[in-house]
Amino acid sequence: MRATAVSPAQSTSTTYLICAVAWAIPGAGHLWLGRRQKGLTFLITLLLMFGFGLWLEGRLFPFEWSQPLVALAAFADLGMGIPFLIARGMGAGAGRVIAITYEYGNAFLIVAGLMNMLVVLDAFDVAQGRK
Amino acid sequence: MTTHIGLMAVFSLCVSIVFATLMRDEPSEQLRFGAQLLGGFILGGVILGWLLYPLPL
Repeated sequence: MRATAVSPAQSTSTTYLICAVAWAIPGAGHLWLGRRQKGLTFLITLLLMFGFGLWLEGRLFPFEWSQPLVALAAFADLGMGIPFLIARGMGAGAGRVIAITYEYGNAFLIVAGLMNMLVVLDAFDVAQGRK
Repeated sequence: MTTHIGLMAVFSLCVSIVFATLMRDEPSEQLRFGAQLLGGFILGGVILGWLLYPLPL
């Protein structure tokens, strides 16, 4: 399938399932919809960014509602889906605040999550037959 | 690698790849748009850095 071809619209339940899969595994929604080049690009780039953020000793923020900015950062981190849950489960992303790369790591982790949310929205549009 | 400019370049590269892939469909267009984005990010970062340089912190 050519990348520019508009995909046929999926049913509503399938669309939401595609969005859930796209959130859980970056790029998986596009792979499901036959956009292999885009899906693989998102998968590789976003996972690399996320791994780079952890390597730079960034923090996977907890949901602390008493600190709104921390909660927002946690929401952005959560955008990475299963990789976020695996990293959290393995105890990675504790963040070492005195590390010189700490803030850079946070930027990589947060932006990777936010961009995966954009990728989910794009998968939604493709599934709806808009692109 | 972990210099400010090095990390900024890696970050810009990743963001450029994702945005170019999101916003363009043809691989050749993605490459052109991604290169423009990457150049803009790095040039903008350097210019902004020099503009902020005289400001006291």
